[in-house]
Order: sequence, then C-alpha cells, then structure tokens
Amino acid sequence: MTQTSIQSASTPKKQEEVLLLQPSHGWASLNLRDLWLYRELIYFLTWRDIKVRYKQTLLGAGWAIIQPLINMVVLTVIFGNFAKMPTGGIPRPIFTFAALLPWGLFSKALSDAGRSILSNRSMITKVYFPRLIIPLSSVLGGVVDFLIQFVIMLLMMLYFHTPPTTAVWTLPLFLLLALITALGFGLWLSALNALYRDVGYVLPFLTQLWLLASPVAYSASVVPEQWRLVYALNPMVGVVEGFRWALLGTQEAPGPMLAVSAGISIILLVTGMYYFRRMERSFADMV
Amino acid sequence: MNDIAIRVEDLGKQYIIGAQTERYHTLRDSLTDMVKWPAQLIRKGFSSPKETIWALDGISFEVHKGEVLGVVGRNGAGKSTLLKILSRVTEPSRGYAEIHGRVGSLLEVGTGFHPELTGSENIYLNGAILGMKRSEIDRKFDEIVDFSGVEKFIDTPVKRYSSGMYLRLAFAVAAHMEPEILVVDEVLAVGDAEFQRKCLGKMSEVAHEGRTVLFVSHNMSAILRLTEETIVLEKGKLILRAPTSQAVDYYLTSGFAQTGEYYWPAAEIPADAAPFHPIALRVRNPQGLIVDTVRSVEPVTLEVEYQLDAPITGLRLGIYLMTTHGELIFTSFDTDDQEQFERFGVRPAGHYLSRCAIPGDLLNEGRYVLGINASTFRVRRYFQDEHAMSFTVDGAGAPGMQWGEQRMGIVRPRLDWQIEELQR
Repeated sequence: MTQTSIQSASTPKKQEEVLLLQPSHGWASLNLRDLWLYRELIYFLTWRDIKVRYKQTLLGAGWAIIQPLINMVVLTVIFGNFAKMPTGGIPRPIFTFAALLPWGLFSKALSDAGRSILSNRSMITKVYFPRLIIPLSSVLGGVVDFLIQFVIMLLMMLYFHTPPTTAVWTLPLFLLLALITALGFGLWLSALNALYRDVGYVLPFLTQLWLLASPVAYSASVVPEQWRLVYALNPMVGVVEGFRWALLGTQEAPGPMLAVSAGISIILLVTGMYYFRRMERSFADMV
Repeated sequence: MNDIAIRVEDLGKQYIIGAQTERYHTLRDSLTDMVKWPAQLIRKGFSSPKETIWALDGISFEVHKGEVLGVVGRNGAGKSTLLKILSRVTEPSRGYAEIHGRVGSLLEVGTGFHPELTGSENIYLNGAILGMKRSEIDRKFDEIVDFSGVEKFIDTPVKRYSSGMYLRLAFAVAAHMEPEILVVDEVLAVGDAEFQRKCLGKMSEVAHEGRTVLFVSHNMSAILRLTEETIVLEKGKLILRAPTSQAVDYYLTSGFAQTGEYYWPAAEIPADAAPFHPIALRVRNPQGLIVDTVRSVEPVTLEVEYQLDAPITGLRLGIYLMTTHGELIFTSFDTDDQEQFERFGVRPAGHYLSRCAIPGDLLNEGRYVLGINASTFRVRRYFQDEHAMSFTVDGAGAPGMQWGEQRMGIVRPRLDWQIEELQR
C-alpha cells in the first residue's frame, strides 16, 4: 500500500492525453489547436503543390507568366477595341494586368481548393490529420505564381511610366482578402464535391462567369452609382478594385464597396469552415 | 487501472450498402432520381429506407500498455473498419473508443508519396503526413535512407523506382515513427520475401520495445510471431479473444464451416473485385462427393466456381494450401501450364469452374487450410481469400500407419524404398 504510493510519487506521471472517439452530432468546433499542431504539414503540402506544378513542362514556371499575359491581351483587345470600356486614363494593358493578378490567384486557388478533397482522397482514407489542411494548402500553393507575376507587373509599370501610388503598402491586405475569399468558397465547394461530383463540372463555368461579374476587364465605375453596393456583394469586386487602387491609383479608394466585399468574404470563410468541419467526418466514407 | 492504452466499448460502424458500388452521385443520378421520385413516392411513401450494414457491430475490448494484440478475421469481418476508427480516419456510428497516448497508424505505406518528387523529398512529405515533426525527420533522415537501401537513388523521382524500391522507402519512413500506440493494417502483405522479412524484423523490434501495437494480418505466421494475444472478428462481431496460438487455431479450423464446401457471402466480396466474382470452393473425393475429410492415399479434387462479368486478360486463378499454423505449403495457378496459359490469354465473360487434383500419397494426416487468389501478374489482384475453408486429411492406409504414431512433417509421400544386403 505504502510502497505503491511512494512509487507513484517518485515517478510522477506526466499529464496523459486521452483521445475519445465517438459519433459526433451537429456542428463541430473548428479545432484550431489541432490545425496549429499540424502546421508543418500545411507547409509540406503547399510545397509539394508548388514543386510538382510545372514538372515535366518545357516552359516550367514560365506558364505562370504566359497564362495571365495571354488573358491580358485577349481582354485588352476585346474590351479596349470593341467594347471601349473606360480605364480612367491608365494604359489598358496594365489596367487589365493589375486586375488579372489577384483574379488569377483567386481563380486558381478556388478551383484547386474545390477539387482538393477528391484529389487527395488516397490520404484521407488512410491517415488522420485535420482535413482543413488540404484546401488551405492548395489555396496557399498559388502565392508563388502570384509573386512571379507581380515582378512582371512591376516591369510593365516601368515600361508604361506608371509609378505605384503611396497606398501600395495596402496591397498585402487585398492579397489576403483574395485568399480568404478563395478559401471560404473553396471550403464549401470541396466539401460539396465529396458528396456531389457535379462541383467538378460546375467549377470552370463558375470561374468564367465570375470573371465577367468582376471588374477585371472593366472598371467598377461603369456600374451605376446606386447599384455599386449590391455589385460589391461579389467579394472579388472589393479585392480587384482595391488592388488596382493600391497599385495604380484609380479614382478614389473603394471604401464602402470594400467593406461590403470584405464582410462577405469573412462570412464565407467562417461558414465555410463550419460547414467543412461538419461534413469532414464522412469524407473517408464518401470519397 | 492506469495502464490501459485502448479501451473500446460497444463500438459500431454502419455503412449504407450500395454507397461503395455506386461510388458517387452525379447530376444525372439526381435528374433520373427526380424523374423516378413521384413514382417511388406513390409506391413507398415518403420515407426512403436505405439498406445498411453494420461493418462493425458492438465490439468491446481493452488493450493494456505494452501489449501486442493481433486481429484476425475473414474479408469483410470488420478488421479494417476497426483500424480506421482507431486511427481517426472515420468516425464510429455508435459506442466509443478511448485512446491513451499518441497513435501512429499504418493502414498503408507510402501515403501521400508523389511520383514526381525525389526519394528524399518524399521522405519529408510522407513523414509530415504521418505526423512527424520536421526536426524529427531531419534527425532520422540518414537512418531512414540507410534502412531503405535506396541511397543511390535518393535524389531520383520515385516514379523511376522499381516497385520494390518504392515499397522499401515507404516502409522505411513508416518504420521510424515513434508513437506510443501503433495501429498496423496488412502492410506486410506486399513486396517480395526479402522485404517482408525486413518488415517483420522491424515490427518485432517495435513490439519488443514495450510499445502498444494493434496488428491486423492475414499472415498467420506473422501474427503468431509478433503477438501474444489475438482477437477474432466475424461479421463485425468480436467472437474470441485468446492467446494467439489458440485464437489462430480457432480461426483456421473451427471458425470455418466443416462441409467441404464454401460459398462466399456477398459481404465478403469487396466491390473492387469486379469483374471477378467468386462463387464457391469445394473439396471432392475420387467418387466426386463433396467431403470435409479426404484420405491421404487418395487424390483430392479442389474446385473453384466463379463468374466473370467481363473478359479479363491474363487472369490466373490459384489456390493456396496452408497448415493450420499458417505455413504455406504451396501455391498453384490454373494457368501455370504453358499450354493452358496460351489458351486462356483472354478469359471471356462467363461462368467457370477451375479444378485441380492433388495426387494421393502427398499430404500427411491433419487439417489443412485452403485459400484462393485471382489476379493478373504484376497488374492487379482481383480477389484474395487466404483462408476460405479447411479440410481434414485422414491417414488410413498411408505409409507407416502400422506403427500408430504421429508422423511428423507436412507431406507423407509413398517413397520407393529398396533394401539391399551388401556382400561382405
């Protein structure tokens, strides 16, 4: 009796972690602590996506530049020569390219995240880790492409003698907003995609329509004043307009529109995370 | 009280049947459902009863710290489902499991390996997926590479690896996890003999380090070697927990119907076996009767009945013969013969019987276990059931029976002895 008590006193057991596995019901907590514990996996999966993206291509990372450049030329020709949308005095190529940067980041992140649960199904059915990591790392994978494109943007601004504005320091905020929007919507889509494969077919149309509904090829100023706040319910309106404003200084700061867009983005992210957490328990059985 | 590592209480997992064969919903399904919906509504009413199956049905057991517990059972008995729940891949539908300590699960080796990445890149990626810290992988990197034996190719993309090298590297990473509780599925079933020997060696090392291990395998000799106690699962229920030799004996003998015939129930045929569909396995005596006991001195006919729903190129259907201790006696395929092999290059869809005869005067008296395998060489394994049924060999009339002692050995051949007296 005494012996056991001495023994347990001399070797104090460290606080043991007990994991309880049982059926869960309703909404789950976000469990951000687990996400933090697995932060290195976020890094490794992002790094994997970046590393393998341009493997076995002739042009390699050149594709990160060519794609938006071609988009820019197409949009510039169509909206400049045929539709003649106003740009507010900014050379059309950089007007368009400045919008294509955050747009490209967003659309790539969205479609990668939307497919991520399915494309990583072999991992999901074999090993545990916080599932949120998968869409999260696929969203982050696009940032490198963005940075490459940003260098091209700077070169183009030099060529067109357009200096950046003093608000250029706010750029990372718009970048962050683009990522939040992509992640929020991507979480919804990836969880839905595990259930309904239709998401995979809808995605290309969705991004195409979304592109036209965002002020990429045109300026938000073509939208009638009284409709602008409704227009800004599309969160990419705030991102694209804000990005252009911070870099090139088009018109006044998109204050109210930005607030609406940011609000929508954050709602998307929070609801997306909860919906994802609710659905993830059946991923291994569904994919 | 405090030395429990895993406590499982009334654990159950329910699956909707058909979810696995249908694979997924598409818009087309939803549209056709929409068209059918009113008709179904009239027929069945508003409730839509789905057919479900309890893959795991109310299992309770405890594992103490440092214990190595084996899990055996037929295909579809619930072994993999149990491990999936314990490794947090999927949630139970009822009951609970309590886990005291850090779990490492190994349901597969090489999870997340990317073919375009090099060996060393995959070590980091796979390590992170298995829950290792980067610093931990840094520390063990040389050891892992050394263990894998692929040092020379460590900077080569793994898509250029042979399947053996790939497996060795994958296992090397997994073998260097250091969880308190290790949950291992049939990972040793792959790879060549050398690889399996290495895996088993590492596994027994882990087992003897005092870590808690839950080990699922079809390989009875591995179970016997690595575990002290074993649980037997049948149709989602735990039917026996006993010292391993006893549990294996039970599983391989009394666990089977003793009728000389076995029909595979639908639940034991995985969806990915298609288009191969096993029907029955039978043992017949020379009179053509289906029997549980055959005579050592007489030939035995083994037959497998199966259905091909589509033609298969290069199909080989084989039988495994094993002792009740899990030692493999031989494997034989129906297209082993060159002529047969050429004749059945492509086996058309249809209903088949593959039959072979084991000659008389070959097997010793005792009980034997039969299994089957349907595969194409190095391409795909359609179906495998290592322990489908067992049968008894009776020694009456066999060589040496006049002494009434138990003859050691698996085979009991009638050899042509000559006795010569040599002239001095």
